[in-house]
Amino acid sequence: MSQVNEQTIGHVHRDDEATRIGMWLFLFTELLLFGGLFIAYAVYRYLHPHEFMMAGKELNSFLGALNTVILLTSSLTMALSIAAIQRNKKNLSIFLQVLTLILALGFLINKSFEWSIKFSHGIYPGSETLLAKGSGEILFYGLYYTMTGLHAIHVVIGMIIIGVMTLFTIKGTINSGNNVRLESAGLYWHLVDLIWIFLFPLFYLIL
Amino acid sequence: MSSDSSHNVSYLDYKGRWKGKITSWIFSTDHKKIGVLYLFSMLILFSIGVLFGFLMRLELIAPGKTIMEPQMYNSIFTLHGIIMIFMFIIPGLPAIFGNFFLPLLIGAKDVAFPRLNLLSWWLFMFGSLLAILSVFLPGGPVDTGWTFYVPYSVRSTTNVFPALIAAFILGFSSILTGLNFITTIHRMRVQGMTWFRMPLFVWSLYATSWIQILATPIIGITLLLVVMERAFNIGIFDPSLGGDPVLFQHLFWIYSHPAVYVMIIPAMGIISEIIPVFARRTIFGYKFIAFSSIAIALMGSLVWAHHMFTVGMSPTAMIIFSVLTFLVAIPSAIKVFNWVATLYKGSIQLDPPMLYALGFIFLFSIGGFTGLIQGALSVNIHIHDTSFIVAHFHYVMFGGTGFGIFAALHYWFPKMFAKSYNMKTAKFSFWTLFFGFNVLYFPMFVMGWLGMPRRYYDYLPEYHIYHFISTIGSWIVVIALVAMFANFIVALRKKEKFTEENPWGGETLEWKTSTPPPLENFDIEPVVDSHPYEYKMNEPDQDLLKEEGTK
Repeated sequence: MSQVNEQTIGHVHRDDEATRIGMWLFLFTELLLFGGLFIAYAVYRYLHPHEFMMAGKELNSFLGALNTVILLTSSLTMALSIAAIQRNKKNLSIFLQVLTLILALGFLINKSFEWSIKFSHGIYPGSETLLAKGSGEILFYGLYYTMTGLHAIHVVIGMIIIGVMTLFTIKGTINSGNNVRLESAGLYWHLVDLIWIFLFPLFYLIL
Repeated sequence: MSSDSSHNVSYLDYKGRWKGKITSWIFSTDHKKIGVLYLFSMLILFSIGVLFGFLMRLELIAPGKTIMEPQMYNSIFTLHGIIMIFMFIIPGLPAIFGNFFLPLLIGAKDVAFPRLNLLSWWLFMFGSLLAILSVFLPGGPVDTGWTFYVPYSVRSTTNVFPALIAAFILGFSSILTGLNFITTIHRMRVQGMTWFRMPLFVWSLYATSWIQILATPIIGITLLLVVMERAFNIGIFDPSLGGDPVLFQHLFWIYSHPAVYVMIIPAMGIISEIIPVFARRTIFGYKFIAFSSIAIALMGSLVWAHHMFTVGMSPTAMIIFSVLTFLVAIPSAIKVFNWVATLYKGSIQLDPPMLYALGFIFLFSIGGFTGLIQGALSVNIHIHDTSFIVAHFHYVMFGGTGFGIFAALHYWFPKMFAKSYNMKTAKFSFWTLFFGFNVLYFPMFVMGWLGMPRRYYDYLPEYHIYHFISTIGSWIVVIALVAMFANFIVALRKKEKFTEENPWGGETLEWKTSTPPPLENFDIEPVVDSHPYEYKMNEPDQDLLKEEGTK
């Protein structure tokens, strides 16, 4: 895909297999990025099991579960959009990608509700209410905001990527014969989903 | 299949869609140009790092205040570390010579993702400039040491924040280079280039890239957590909120110890390229050298806590980490023995690249053995945080990787720029550097053993003589480096072109294309049908001797 090839040779060097390898390696680094946080969670949960349980009970597991459903559904629509473009159903693929974006937005809105409820109760890093609590609960919320915050950033990045892919699909540069970029975006979106699948039980369910 | 214009055009002359002199470089996705961009940006950063090191040594020439205040001294050793480690030694060999020569060595036209490659250079520049900028922002240059240990890095009022973000961005650039190289090695080898016909530098890049991918995200998240800690008091590393600073050290070294191997393995790869060429012999134990790179990468990921023997871990953990540390020495020793075995009965030519390679073996061996001394638990307590460790890692990093980079530079410079440098000056700068290096760092072993702590601004009079000798050594090193760089600059400004394809008589693919390499590396795609180092054992090659005679 070098500039050279594009300009002087007239055919674009394309290696879908290489793109897939590169994408999987990148996803691996993303898992490790969150891995460091999961280690911190494991260490502090081991040190403060009771306080982690207390703090976890204060989270709204209904909103958490709702978000899990939203995100899993968005992964489905994303996967379907790839299947659609491979079957040359351009409009269906675009519709499914837009649906994915809407679901992702729904996830973020729901998340912001959850955060702002906690904020209104005075529970945020460095707040007086939180500092008055035990260190296990401080650490729980420190990790909660860091991990769900980093995850939310990934949701936003994923939305930008899918948005660009939608434009490419409308333009036709992503089509039934050339869709490895959409596939890679899908892989990224599944990773975002996968990380949430672990965050949800760790913060909301294991009590 | 291609138009004539791209054939036989030197990569140096090709401008592509960018007509400007500078834009044709900084927006080029050609792996060779990106390699050269890295070379120049890193040599500039290296020179800044040398300057800081030089000032640090000058301050320490006598007890008490000499040229700067303690706060300045703290900032200077921090910046020396950050620049040298994050911007020169870690990315150096893969980014400069990996970019330039990996595709050439495996017969490819470019790396797998050329645009990503350019992005990683831009990220590198952005991160480096941010780090440099943090020196001049209000608040003052960062003073935490390159390790950013908490709790001080959370409390320091200096510009820790931009420095952390800079290190994070540099890590991102490093990851992208790593995944690019792995994909390239898997997908772009030319016909006949089987895994066991790959040059050993390619094997070393492969091992290095895996470490970059597996370890760098951990430091990324660790640095982000320090940022969060500074900005929002999340408490993860803050003992007053229940956090644990030792957890930071674990997370930090889970990356930063493997990073040591990111620094040294490609240098070992360079040495494995150079030794057979200048001994005119097939490399001894090819597979062992190749697999020992992988073994170092694997085992090196499991030894991080040997940086932390004094923090109060459980004795069981300490014994395990100490044993694993000893084990890493085995694959390193395999390499050294194989190099020496390759030299045995070879017809050795002491050209500058070979001198640097031999210098590497000597200095790296000293650095490696003193590493074993520190791996022993009881001795470690005695020499922990003394200048013994400073001497050790300079022998490994500067004497090892630094000499590896200089070896590569002298080896490949004619191919890269189609200019020849002055052999006498190159040999002079090598011997001066080798001598000055030992004068600079060997006294640190002695004073460290006697108890001189590292990073201290002041010291007791009994250490004066060692500090004095060491500072004299730093002047000799600077003279040698100036001579070396001047030699290259003079060579670059020469009018006459050096177009010999294969000046050293190497057998790997980069010597089978013209000098400088054409835009797409090879005018005719090469086919590989033998191992990379097929020299006729012990028999002088007649064609080669003729070539030498005309040089």
